[in-house]
Amino acid sequence: MNLNDWIKRNTIHHSQFWDIKKLVEEKEKQDLKISLCLPTLNEEKTIGKEIVMFKSELMDRYPLLDEIAVIDSGSTDHTCEIASTFGADVYLSADILPQYGEKKGKGENLWKAVYELTGDIIVYVDADIKNIHPRFAYGLVAPLIYRPEVHYVKAFYDRPLAFSQGVRPSGGGRVTEILVRPLFSLFFPDLTGLVQPLSGEYAVRREVLEKLPFPIGYGVETSHLIDVYEKWGMDAIAQVDLDQRVHRNQETRDLGKMAFGILRAFLSRAEALGVIGDLPELNTLLRQFQAHDEVFEQIAYEIVEEERQPMIELPEYREKFGIET
Amino acid sequence: MNTHFRNMDEILALLPHLQEGATQVQETLIANLIMLSEIPAPTFEEEDRIKLLLQRMLECGLQNVSTDEAGNGVGIIQGKDPSRNILLVAHADSVYSEKTDHTISVLTDEVVGPGVADNSLGMAVLATLPNLLDTLGIEFNSNIVLLGSTKGLGSGNLDGLKFFMDNNRLPFDAGICIEGAQIGRLSYTSEGMFRASITCKLSEELEWQRVGESSAIIALNDVINRILEIPIPRRPKTSIVLGAVRGGKSYNVMATTSSLRFEVRSENAAMAEQIRGCIDDIVADIASKYNAKIAFNVVSIREPGGIAVGHPLVRNCRQVMEQLDLKPKIFPSISEVSELISRGLPAVTLGLTEAVNLHDLNETIRIQPIYKGLAQLLAMLFAIDGGFCNEPE
Repeated sequence: MNLNDWIKRNTIHHSQFWDIKKLVEEKEKQDLKISLCLPTLNEEKTIGKEIVMFKSELMDRYPLLDEIAVIDSGSTDHTCEIASTFGADVYLSADILPQYGEKKGKGENLWKAVYELTGDIIVYVDADIKNIHPRFAYGLVAPLIYRPEVHYVKAFYDRPLAFSQGVRPSGGGRVTEILVRPLFSLFFPDLTGLVQPLSGEYAVRREVLEKLPFPIGYGVETSHLIDVYEKWGMDAIAQVDLDQRVHRNQETRDLGKMAFGILRAFLSRAEALGVIGDLPELNTLLRQFQAHDEVFEQIAYEIVEEERQPMIELPEYREKFGIET
Repeated sequence: MNTHFRNMDEILALLPHLQEGATQVQETLIANLIMLSEIPAPTFEEEDRIKLLLQRMLECGLQNVSTDEAGNGVGIIQGKDPSRNILLVAHADSVYSEKTDHTISVLTDEVVGPGVADNSLGMAVLATLPNLLDTLGIEFNSNIVLLGSTKGLGSGNLDGLKFFMDNNRLPFDAGICIEGAQIGRLSYTSEGMFRASITCKLSEELEWQRVGESSAIIALNDVINRILEIPIPRRPKTSIVLGAVRGGKSYNVMATTSSLRFEVRSENAAMAEQIRGCIDDIVADIASKYNAKIAFNVVSIREPGGIAVGHPLVRNCRQVMEQLDLKPKIFPSISEVSELISRGLPAVTLGLTEAVNLHDLNETIRIQPIYKGLAQLLAMLFAIDGGFCNEPE
């Protein structure tokens, strides 16, 4: 595969899909149902705005979304109350498939959404976006509606400010550029075609989602990309430029934890696919430093990257969606 | 919905239904509020916000949607009788610069962010009114002319509205100006006012020996002291508001420039003019004393005026408010309503909800009272449309 051709063909700017009316007509023609999932944990400052915006613009004005659901990991602030006030369906992650237990992590919410939500397409949008706009949903859903060969659409954000020359640096955040891109370059060079592989916004067809295992922690996005690439190939993946995303910035130490989780998930995948040889058992402890005056000490964080099995393997799921064994 | 009323009582009886019905456009209204608020629109730079307003109007299916040379945004909700028109105005500009973070937060019953009350909510109501009328099945006899006016605040001097009123050819029965805050507000008179700046410039080459004796700040201080000595009468009610002072560069550098921005208000035009003359004299005197260039520029003027408290438009507003358990807060205005009144058009300003922290970055409005504010607005549109606000011949 020629990566440059893929980038040209499957990298799209959201402005191509400005005609939402036409998009809705096409969606209705195909008799598709679309669900929006907002995974939350203490997002009271931004959740209300996201729901109001999506409901007003993409349900009431243009009926593109059939369902807006918040899957909450147990917020202690007013996230659930606000979400429900503005008309979202609010689910506690722990209440969905309780027989499978409760695990903490964003990936857990995304996985449970596959069971709880009913859409043929599920679009995931993080709940901490300050500059929310309908394009965050319609921009991701549109390639799936217009192009049947595309199954997984990832967001990226690139807004040139003032550059006098034609060439400017572009790409992802710190963890992407320091960890994920080098790893992809070494082991899955085609996946380097994704500008921001870790972005939390993506839309996926149900028939793909239900077949994907879900790491419950930081590794979910990286693992998904590898799995979709392995099973369906690069042509099933597209990426959409959504211009700009304003969100809270993370501390370097937190990014360290994220990198640790991603690396664990990546290594497991690479080992299972035979891309690298057998690995020893991987440690679950990340050690970081802190200092009291002149005394340095280590703190250890346990970061376990557990994985949920593909939803289609669950009898409850097959029964709910009428899938024969 | 039946929109033919025989008297005001029938309109008043409809208020609970209107308030309940207004909740149906909650998400649309708040989405419009967010999108309009997050576009910076300092005075003279309202273009992008107006563009969005027009886009929303077009999406609602309004046919007559346009902008004019002053940058105003206008849309018309067609009535059954094309010869009759009611003007609904909200100013589009805000006091926040483009550099301000315009991010809005939506909480259970509050929306927080710069300018949400003054006057993004007013603009959002303009953008949402067609949806509201559609949802409730309301059709007026009169055309409702929705105007997002530009250049309203500060040195804008209501220039957008003035341009619109100078150049449009529609005869209006009455005008309603809407402001986000405060619900219960009822303005139907305008104070005379002028806004001005005094800028003081001294030569760059100040002598070292004269440090401490002379600077643009000291000269301006003299001007301020002399302004404060101007005798202000209790009747007619008159006031001088010193709004903002700027000057100098740092701790140890002699200030060569300084400026004062202020406003004079009076119920009597002659009194405002007299004070203006006094300030002219003060400026000339201080300029010669300090050998400074002192400029006195009037940037905005309003003439005093108003409609009578017994005017049917005012009387009906009060009735509607009382029916909604709102205590009318009556005070004169120097905003859009003053321009309409000065042109002989019966007009009022109404507030839409409760607000706190006005003009701070955490300006906050409450969501629930908005429905009452919308019911009030719809009732007044019915009242004007039904001819109940006309003065007896």
